[in-house]
Amino acid sequence: MNKTLDLITRVRGVRGAMIVSVEDGLVIAEQLMEGIKGSAVAALAASLAGKLRRAMEAAGTGTSVFWHLQAEQGALLVVPGGGTNTEGGILVVAVAEPDVNIGLVRLELLRAAEAVI
Amino acid sequence: MADDIRALSAQLAQDPQSLVFLRLGEALRRKGQLDAALRVATIGLERHPHLADAHDLYARVLTDKHDYERAFDEWDMAVRIAPKHTGALKGLAFLYFKVGDLTQAEAHLEAARKVEPDDPTIEQAFEMMRGGARRSASPPPAPAPAPPAVAQVAGGGALDEARVFAGLDGANEGLLLVDGAGRVLGGALRDGGGGDVTDTVAAYLAGVSQEAARTAKLLGLGAWNGLSAEGQHGNVHLAHPTSDALLLVVRERGMPLGRLSILAQRATAMARRWLEKET
Repeated sequence: MNKTLDLITRVRGVRGAMIVSVEDGLVIAEQLMEGIKGSAVAALAASLAGKLRRAMEAAGTGTSVFWHLQAEQGALLVVPGGGTNTEGGILVVAVAEPDVNIGLVRLELLRAAEAVI
Repeated sequence: MADDIRALSAQLAQDPQSLVFLRLGEALRRKGQLDAALRVATIGLERHPHLADAHDLYARVLTDKHDYERAFDEWDMAVRIAPKHTGALKGLAFLYFKVGDLTQAEAHLEAARKVEPDDPTIEQAFEMMRGGARRSASPPPAPAPAPPAVAQVAGGGALDEARVFAGLDGANEGLLLVDGAGRVLGGALRDGGGGDVTDTVAAYLAGVSQEAARTAKLLGLGAWNGLSAEGQHGNVHLAHPTSDALLLVVRERGMPLGRLSILAQRATAMARRWLEKET
């Protein structure tokens, strides 16, 4: 799993990557730069993923395969995996600088999700 | 009580990382000093984002402030962190009861009773709920995740919806402008089958936005600018044209996220102009 995360963190601008359990928002594996609180990222990403899933299902777009929260000083990029329900599901998460190559991180996250499941 | 608050405040000042904020927040809440309690709960939550008790405290204060939607989110988070947290289970039961979803209310109380079978307040809650149900023979059904917003949508009047995105592609099926409480200001949404899902989606958006703001803030990423997502059958982009409004753009899966983002920027500018004119 660490090797998988390593491929994500090698992308320039990525400050950390982790695998999170959707069900309880706990960290399964992580590779983070100093100063990033893994447990907080995991809990918040899982919670936001849950709310987004409900909104997207209501909108008829189905569950998300990739999502990206843009903020002034950084970004959170997420690929859910392991089924559409919370049970047994995981999130592959990257925390990145605001000017990161989103397309590249997305590709690595999708690859990582495939490798982990 | 005032002495307690002073002593707890002093303890917290001495050791800001300690969990004494839980007792201080609760003491302030019980005294009715809700703004102070909210500040204490928020700061505590920033320091301990993974602590179920912190989310529970925040939810109780929000409930006292009648902010039921955010309270629901906080108790939901507490239960995710600690599935046997009876305070959060009781809180969720209360909110479900409030919107007339007795099945969910009973299920959450039952879950709390399994954890703490001797807690007399759970039985009292059951009794109150049964009494309430008898008085209100047919409580209004409402989707659970965002009950207050749904109620507001039903009662609130949408403004001149058609004009907001006039001339923009998908104005009546893939663009939605809502206020911070989930009330529709303009646009409309239809699902793949052509069904109108405007109000349902609007009710969920405030929760997504609050969570996005909280996530960005607690992770030190600053204010959030947008949230893009690729779905199995369609892509979405959520932005906030003003601090109080949210804009959702929904398009088919074939539209790449980059193009969707450009479209969202145009819609955001239009919504901002329209909101400025209306206010």
